[in-house]
Amino acid sequence: MADRTDTAPVAPTPTSRLARLRDSDLWYSFRAHPSAMFAAGLLVVLALTALAAPWITPQNPYDLAALELWNSEIPPIWSPQGQWPFVLGTDVQGRDIFSAILYGSRISLIIGFASVILALTVGLSLGLIAGYFGGWIDNVIMRVGDVLLSMPFILIAILISAIATASLPTGLKSALAAPILIVAIAVPSWVQYARTVRASAMVERKKEYVQAARLIRVKSWRIMLHHILPNTLTPIMVAATLNFGLAILSEATLSFLGVGMPADQPSLGTLIRIGNQYLFSGLWWIVVFPAIQLCLIVLSVNMIGDWLRDALNPKLN
Amino acid sequence: MLAFLLKRTANAAFVMLAVAFLAFLIFRSFGDPVEMMVNEQATQEDRAELRERLGLNDGFFTQYVRFVTNAVQGDFGISYRNQQDVMVLIAERLPATFELVLVATVISLVVGIPLGVITAVHRDSRLADALQLTSIVGVSLPSFVVGILLILAFSVTLGWLPAFGRGETVDIGWWSTGLLTPSGRAALVLPAVSLSTFQITLVMRLVRAEMLESLRADYVKFARARGVPRRRVHWVHALRNCLMPVITLTGMQIGNLIAFALVTETVFQWPGMGLLFIQAVTFVDIPVMAAYLMLVSFIFVVLNTIVDVTYAWVDPRLRDDTAKAGASNG
Repeated sequence: MADRTDTAPVAPTPTSRLARLRDSDLWYSFRAHPSAMFAAGLLVVLALTALAAPWITPQNPYDLAALELWNSEIPPIWSPQGQWPFVLGTDVQGRDIFSAILYGSRISLIIGFASVILALTVGLSLGLIAGYFGGWIDNVIMRVGDVLLSMPFILIAILISAIATASLPTGLKSALAAPILIVAIAVPSWVQYARTVRASAMVERKKEYVQAARLIRVKSWRIMLHHILPNTLTPIMVAATLNFGLAILSEATLSFLGVGMPADQPSLGTLIRIGNQYLFSGLWWIVVFPAIQLCLIVLSVNMIGDWLRDALNPKLN
Repeated sequence: MLAFLLKRTANAAFVMLAVAFLAFLIFRSFGDPVEMMVNEQATQEDRAELRERLGLNDGFFTQYVRFVTNAVQGDFGISYRNQQDVMVLIAERLPATFELVLVATVISLVVGIPLGVITAVHRDSRLADALQLTSIVGVSLPSFVVGILLILAFSVTLGWLPAFGRGETVDIGWWSTGLLTPSGRAALVLPAVSLSTFQITLVMRLVRAEMLESLRADYVKFARARGVPRRRVHWVHALRNCLMPVITLTGMQIGNLIAFALVTETVFQWPGMGLLFIQAVTFVDIPVMAAYLMLVSFIFVVLNTIVDVTYAWVDPRLRDDTAKAGASNG
């Protein structure tokens, strides 16, 4: 199988996989780049704290019963009026900013991740089908892609999100906000994956091993998934990582513009939009801390993506 | 070349027809235009008459053709929200967006090109590493966060620059410009800087990559051997050969900047097309949304086509390749 290495023909047990990872060029490159290690560490911490938000935050920021109005507008802990446990201060309703940020990061990360997975699934399948079969299917898929690429990314996402939200009954708006955003961000981003996979599928399908596989009647989907797809994974991996950062940014932008997550289940972008209203009242901590958290998440993802692109580029090695 | 030109133009026209179809679908399937336009007291007959007058009783295809014909002539109908001609609304806002994008582009070139050259020339120095890292930070900063932080620093804390609006403007014909008054220029600084941050890093990275390539070229070594000063070789000989891709990138990015200006315009309440669009989205003002979508896509498609055609004109190999690829597709 593909798991066999040149040096040690052992069964693919978990330990041997780990060992293989430890011996790989990618791991070596990772260890040689402090910025990549730093970014990965940062991302792990940010993701874990976000996912564990309900257990580590001092307050459930969306349980209205837990909010006390006399706790409102408390500045961060290091200023003279700061109060424990509100490390990063509270907003005008007495909501703990630190808790709100962790809950918000969870929403931002989940939406970003889900939209990348959706775009990958759609992009890879359509790209494989277009490249492998060619003909009119190829034409239709790639033309749709052309049209999508001829409109700015952010504009497509805003339109989809705005129109989907406006056409829903009021009761469903809040429940479906996250799925709508995931689709809105995935729609303009699948084309890139489809183009990459299509190009290599067109090259591979003419090669002898594919002809041979066809001759012995291997099913088309099996050829596509097991023979062609693995050959394209390197560029796809880099693109997916960088797009994860872009997806989180897009979600934040949409929520900031008011066409994303609603105020009762805020992502980081929503928190920044709400905090932006108090910019001139001197309550800077309501907007600055969510903004910093958002930048840290996107920065760590982009640094990993940058490193991955260089590490997997054979020309640079 | 003529065949290529025709093919690209046909392609662009097809894409625009598809975008128009999307806009039309939104227009059709979203709310009833009649209900949006009449007031409460309108009788059933009034409504039926308006419906007939707007041609809403015609077939789907007839309506689409009419939509495209009107759009080509710049007629996008009447705004649901304030009953004004959509094209007039957009034309009023166009100069504000255009000046913002123009100034942001200039900033990105003036700052991005030197930074790119420096990072390439001093490749392994601390300074270059620091600049490289800054550029990743620049890509990761959402433009609305940059805007908010700039407002917080320069308007709220220091009080140096205005945070909202466009300042005083001067009308030159139908074009209103803020570049001629002190308050107009002051109001432009923060939005333009915030819009250009992402673009600066793009230009910087591109110039760096291109410079690294040209620094390895023979003509650079010869120039050095001939005794041309290092500074002149870097900033004149090598840089000149990097500018073509930079110009291309700048041209193609203008469409993106116009689209992204809507975020900046929201942060700074800048009275441009983007702010108009976001307000239209909030009020589900479909004619304005459709018109904005088509206008921005049109600018996008035209710029891309110009770039493609220019490239094919400069480099005949591209012409042949695309022609062949086109033949195998069809």
